[in-house]
Amino acid sequence: MSGRPVGEVTLSVEAVSLAFGGVKALSEVSFDVREHEVRAIIGPNGAGKSSMLNVLNGVYHPQQGKIRFQGREFEDMDSHEAAAMGIARTFQNIALFKGMTVLDNIMTGRNLKMHCNFLQQALWIGPARREELEHRRAVEEIIDFLEIQHVRKTPVGRLPYGLQKRVELGRALAAEPKVLLLDEPMAGMNLEEKQDMCRFVLDVNDHFGTTIVLIEHDMGVVMDISDRVVVLDYGRKIADGSPSEVRGNQKVIDAYLGVAHSA
Amino acid sequence: MLYREAGQFKSTYAEDQQIFPIRQDRVAVSLLLAFAFVVVPAIGDQYWLGAIITPFLIFALAALGLNILTGYAGQLSLGTAAFMAVGAFMTYNFVLRMPWLGILPSIILAGLCAAAVGIVFGLPSLRIKGFYLAVATLACQFFVLWVLQRFGWFTNYSSSGVVTAQQIAILDFPFNTPERKYLLTLGIVVVMALAAKNLMRSETGRAFMAVRDMDVAASVIGIPMMKTKLLAFAISSFYCGVAGALHAFCFLGTVEPEAYSLDLSFRILFMVIIGGVGSILGSFLGAAFITLFPIFLNLVSTGLSQATGVEVSHALISNLESIIFGGLIVFFLIVEPQGLARLWQIAKEKLRLWPFPH
Amino acid sequence: MDIAFFVEVLAGGLLAGVMYSLVALGFVLIYKASGVFNFAQGAMVFFAALTFVSLGERGWNFWLALAVTLVVMVLLGLAIERVVLRPLVNQPPITLFMATIGLTFVLEGLSQLVWGSQPHGLELGIPDVPMEWLSQKWNINISQFDIFAAFVAGLLVAVLAVFFQKTRIGRALRAVADDHQAALAVGIPLQHIWAIVWGVAGFVALVAGLIWGVRNGVQFALTFVALKALPVLLIGGFESIPGAILGGLIIGATEKLAEVYVGPMVGGGIESWFAYVVALIFLLFRPEGLFGEKHIDRV
Repeated sequence: MSGRPVGEVTLSVEAVSLAFGGVKALSEVSFDVREHEVRAIIGPNGAGKSSMLNVLNGVYHPQQGKIRFQGREFEDMDSHEAAAMGIARTFQNIALFKGMTVLDNIMTGRNLKMHCNFLQQALWIGPARREELEHRRAVEEIIDFLEIQHVRKTPVGRLPYGLQKRVELGRALAAEPKVLLLDEPMAGMNLEEKQDMCRFVLDVNDHFGTTIVLIEHDMGVVMDISDRVVVLDYGRKIADGSPSEVRGNQKVIDAYLGVAHSA
Repeated sequence: MLYREAGQFKSTYAEDQQIFPIRQDRVAVSLLLAFAFVVVPAIGDQYWLGAIITPFLIFALAALGLNILTGYAGQLSLGTAAFMAVGAFMTYNFVLRMPWLGILPSIILAGLCAAAVGIVFGLPSLRIKGFYLAVATLACQFFVLWVLQRFGWFTNYSSSGVVTAQQIAILDFPFNTPERKYLLTLGIVVVMALAAKNLMRSETGRAFMAVRDMDVAASVIGIPMMKTKLLAFAISSFYCGVAGALHAFCFLGTVEPEAYSLDLSFRILFMVIIGGVGSILGSFLGAAFITLFPIFLNLVSTGLSQATGVEVSHALISNLESIIFGGLIVFFLIVEPQGLARLWQIAKEKLRLWPFPH
Repeated sequence: MDIAFFVEVLAGGLLAGVMYSLVALGFVLIYKASGVFNFAQGAMVFFAALTFVSLGERGWNFWLALAVTLVVMVLLGLAIERVVLRPLVNQPPITLFMATIGLTFVLEGLSQLVWGSQPHGLELGIPDVPMEWLSQKWNINISQFDIFAAFVAGLLVAVLAVFFQKTRIGRALRAVADDHQAALAVGIPLQHIWAIVWGVAGFVALVAGLIWGVRNGVQFALTFVALKALPVLLIGGFESIPGAILGGLIIGATEKLAEVYVGPMVGGGIESWFAYVVALIFLLFRPEGLFGEKHIDRV
């Protein structure tokens, strides 16, 4: 549960439909996300959860429907715009830069805030040096927060899976986002790692007030940390409400148990 | 014992960001620079300076340029020599037609011309990747060379297609001896290497590496694809252009298209692979290796033929060189894909513990 | 405009393109079956031609020399697979590509070390003269040898296409190219497959070497035919056998036509880069070539 009071609607999708060739990934999905809340998207495999997230940050462009963020309306948002407006995310199959260190990876998250041009950087004069140090300071705070100081100079490719996921979270946080999209942040983790990650996610939401939208399979985690839940099945929304409401919803139970229903 | 960092603590981020955070490194590099600037010109003989050390520096600069594009930004290029050619020919033309500019501004402008060509031939990189891009850079290599040979303007309508590079003078101080050419080259290369290092450890360098490692993710977090890739091509071509200018003016003494063939592009690529992809130091190590190796091979074969009385033909040496170079490439790729630079790093690690085994 | 002349130039270009395709085929085979872009294909063509010609000059019988050269090429392929590719099996494609560049240099040096560096002529029994009835009836001069080469290439392509599509081994090769791990999981013997592939590529290199050797003589410059095949691959796609043919025809035709009609306007010598620029422009519209596989980046 979030510590701050949940605010107004900040991000919403309206009747979004997305298809790849003949495959319909999403059919007329609508839901909203309120500021400061933790919103979970759940559903059986293939329900379209990752596609939904990809639509939210402009990686996929829906054929129909609208996206509203911070009062602005988009039919077609590109990922660059999304990043610039304050939407950051992590990926299901870690999308870190394997050849760089942890520190450098997280620093790339600051790229939109860096304004010195390459000439200034090449000459390492005042403004470039100051900017680099200032962002280094910000990134070090994130490193402290995520407790990864001991691996800051290690190339990311050499880290165990759980730490890589944490670094990816760090990179997303470095952008100081208003909305954080997390694609299965706990996947592949053991109990201890999951508890750590939950703690971080809740801290981020609490401390910085970041709105969080996450996809998660672990029901325990979903029930524990989310404010509201959206349930997708075969690309359609089948439930939307508080965790306890959703848990008791027959349609949701049917979807997970694989009860046949008309498409 | 000598190399331990004990007692060297970094208490500010600025200290941690230094190019040479370990004090022993700083001392070593200062000594090396002092040696290079002061001792070498004093004791070096003309042959070594003019035929070995100066070209080593020039190729190191070109390898540095290629490393920025291929090693850091991940855009494979087989057209390096073409950019060097642009630098060489344009410097000649600026000095010829606008002599009031002076040699250094001429070289810089020529480098900018090379950068412009780099941007044009870098445009395909926005759509094409990997091997396809490498083959596309061959288009650049062949086309640029054809243009330089076809349009007489570049060689001032010389009938042979080869022109003599003009004498260099800065503020009436002529650079006409091997020692002076060496010092000029050294100065330019050191400054540009420093600039490259600064760039690669800043946001630009990180953006390049992000594009190399996973460009889709990079663009999703806000790194601009087009700007980053084109900047990589531009900076890399600038470096190669300057290297080309130095190649013509401080080494060959002539400006000729044949010097900038596909063969040279491959040689520089080899320097980057053997020296270490994505490493400034690697560019120097690779260039040193490729420049010195033929000489070494020559010495060995002369020694052998003197010892055994068997005549070793030129063709034999040249073929052996090919085989060994190729073999070394494969060897390095199998054993240490990160090249000599990585081996150097490992040696330094061992040195920290020396004389203790662990 | 002289129609007969145009047809002559066009036909000449198409046939030249077929010869490019022969070399491109070798690339496609290896790429299709192992995902490796074998830059050393040109050096293999050179090595094959040089070995055959040198054996012939030492008095060996044509068929014996051919057979022995074939065996040598297959052994070479096996050696390459064992020494270069196997240790690099998990590396990214770019590393393998650079390894084949190194391999090129080794092969070039080795060829000349073993057989010497003088150029050799090569005769296959088909004269390089215009077909009589064509030149007499329509005043079009098309070389008999070019037609023979086209026929050989066509035959080779047909055989390879059938091999890949219909036979069990062909299917295994395609599986391996797609996903090494999965192929291993279903029991496909990876090492044998790669040995077969490189052997076949060696055979294709031999055929290409013979054809080109007659045309241009067997000399070091033969290694550069590989460079001519690259634009063909860009257009046809790296994994497509029909693409190699189609790409070859397109490149051959446009290059010849440009050389004859556009060349004099810009001072000649455009063959060095024209094919590449054509391929480049083509790529801007179809980044994977005509038949190449679309590259999908999943995040």
